[in-house]
Amino acid sequence: MQPGALSKALKGGAIWGFIVLQLIFFSIAGEFLALSDKAFMDYENMLLLLKQSAPIGIIAMGMTIVMVNGNIDLSVGATFAIAAIILLGSMDMLTGTLGDVMVIPVAWFLALAVGTLLGALNGLIVWKTGVDAFIVTLGAMLGYRGIVFMFNGENPTSHLNWTLVDYAEAQFLGLHTATWFLAGVTLVLWFVMTRTVHGRNAYAIGNNREAAVNAGIRVGPHMMINFAIIGFLAALSAVVFYSESGSVNPNDGQLYELWVITAVVLGGTRITGGAGSVIGTLGGVIAIQLLRKGLGHIGADTSTVNLVIGLILIAVLFLDRQLNVKGKEELKI
Amino acid sequence: MSDVSQREGAKREGKMSSLSRQQIGTVLAKQGILIAFVIFIVAFTIANPKFLSPDNLLSVVRSSAIIGVMALGVTFVVISGNLDLSVGSMMSFSTIVVLDLHDKIGPLLAIPTMFAMTLCLGAVIGFLVGYLKLNSLIVTLGMLSAIHGLTLTYSGGKNMDIADKEGTWFGFFGQGDILGIPVPILLFIALAAGLGMTLSRTPFGRKVYAVGGNGTAATFSGIPRARTVFYCYLISAACVATAGLIQASRSLGSQNTVGQGLELEVLAAVILGGASLLGGSGTIFKTVIGVLILGFIQNGLLLMGLQFYAQFVVTWIIIILAVWLDIAAKRGKLWSSFA
Repeated sequence: MQPGALSKALKGGAIWGFIVLQLIFFSIAGEFLALSDKAFMDYENMLLLLKQSAPIGIIAMGMTIVMVNGNIDLSVGATFAIAAIILLGSMDMLTGTLGDVMVIPVAWFLALAVGTLLGALNGLIVWKTGVDAFIVTLGAMLGYRGIVFMFNGENPTSHLNWTLVDYAEAQFLGLHTATWFLAGVTLVLWFVMTRTVHGRNAYAIGNNREAAVNAGIRVGPHMMINFAIIGFLAALSAVVFYSESGSVNPNDGQLYELWVITAVVLGGTRITGGAGSVIGTLGGVIAIQLLRKGLGHIGADTSTVNLVIGLILIAVLFLDRQLNVKGKEELKI
Repeated sequence: MSDVSQREGAKREGKMSSLSRQQIGTVLAKQGILIAFVIFIVAFTIANPKFLSPDNLLSVVRSSAIIGVMALGVTFVVISGNLDLSVGSMMSFSTIVVLDLHDKIGPLLAIPTMFAMTLCLGAVIGFLVGYLKLNSLIVTLGMLSAIHGLTLTYSGGKNMDIADKEGTWFGFFGQGDILGIPVPILLFIALAAGLGMTLSRTPFGRKVYAVGGNGTAATFSGIPRARTVFYCYLISAACVATAGLIQASRSLGSQNTVGQGLELEVLAAVILGGASLLGGSGTIFKTVIGVLILGFIQNGLLLMGLQFYAQFVVTWIIIILAVWLDIAAKRGKLWSSFA
């Protein structure tokens, strides 16, 4: 066995092992504690779980590539809210002239374009000014949220388009529309990160920025493209979610960045960049959603969920560090 | 021989003059935030003469006091090269705890108990980041969530209110004043003075800079890195507890999400003050300026008749400009060298 292979396998599979453990635990505990008669591993319940993972999950895919690049994006929650307001607001304004069906692609396009532009703006600032991405996106988080509030004050923006609701609630081959979007995004980004030059360069830049510059990789444009992608995905997440719900509060999406980062770190992406995988992030997203749903199933309230997720995040960080330290030799248990 | 030394002297002189030009640039960059501060005040005063009235100034400082007190503690953490994203949810915790205990064991006991509990949370973070050397961003992110859960569990999800609002002296810390100056401002000034002295005049303060500037070098110089980081988080927790006390005492009742989102505003103030997220630089005085700039922008824009939320957009632009100019002055050119 190669040195470190065992710890590598442990780390790669850890999140899926954690998911299996959770499934077993909640199924057994649910038998005694559950408020409903339904089993936890009910087919419908699991489908719903995947659907509910989608809004956070779609953004988390983008966060993975930004973090692999050695950056971070704290403004995704605000971008999410802006895209939602553009989507519903433009449908509200344009339905009269374009009609119920034709307005959908226009509104989708507007929301996605704005999200991409906001992401690209972050990327451009990081590239051209050299200010740390943490500060740039922290500022953007405040600024974008301010724009959201300036748009409609503290009132919700609502518009229900029944064609869109039917479409969003539809199931194709058993899976919900939102789940398909999550799967599609995961597949595309997995391909980008493992099979393209852009993906390989992203890892190189995250691993050692100086070396990447010396190797002739154009660091700036790469980072900007990744920020544009995460902006696009934050908007896509809003488009998928608000097509169904039809009403957005200016506070929506707050703390999304924290949930997303938690999922990405649980999925094994290194916070300093250079390591991580889209598939691991999918595991992290499902693990968090499973925890929320499972704890709800056995009758715990949101406070316990917050407590447990926080502690698990710290525990994972600790374990990861231990595995990394020992990973240089064979893992000793 | 003398010829050579003369030439070298001339060379050195040439260097000196270019150095002094550089020094002017550095001074400008270092005091840039102060210059911006003055420009803001002048601009706002021209726009609305009421801006500079003592009443208005007092109200700005008073409303900034809570963010300000927390920013003092976070300055220590940031200078030591770490982050603290948990201050907002920790403040909710201390506010809820002190309000709850007020009715149960009386304010005299409630305040020290609340301080002790908040310091325990700070000690946990300090242990994880200092001694276990875990990434502070993720640890405090996890603690943000965990402490939020703790607060909700403690309060049972309900809002906290003091039963007898007229009959208690507890409101003193948030509403009272001494010689016409509101107590929150006095607390802010006292803490800023004390912590500023600690940072600039004591061996501990120098250790904080050393650990943040170059942790490995600090360790080799015999500076206890872990313990220094640990104390920084304790100081941060103590500041958070003070902020929670002011908040609780001002309103005598509170929601359990009162501090949500404040961590980022606090961090914005510290960064605006010029502390580098890489650690090793920043001062308490500059953080106070950063806090005041945020407060004055908010107030000035309102007086100019702009929407309340416009301040966030302005804050965004100012933060990026401030950090950018700081970096640009250090590297000697405006744009980054990324290809």
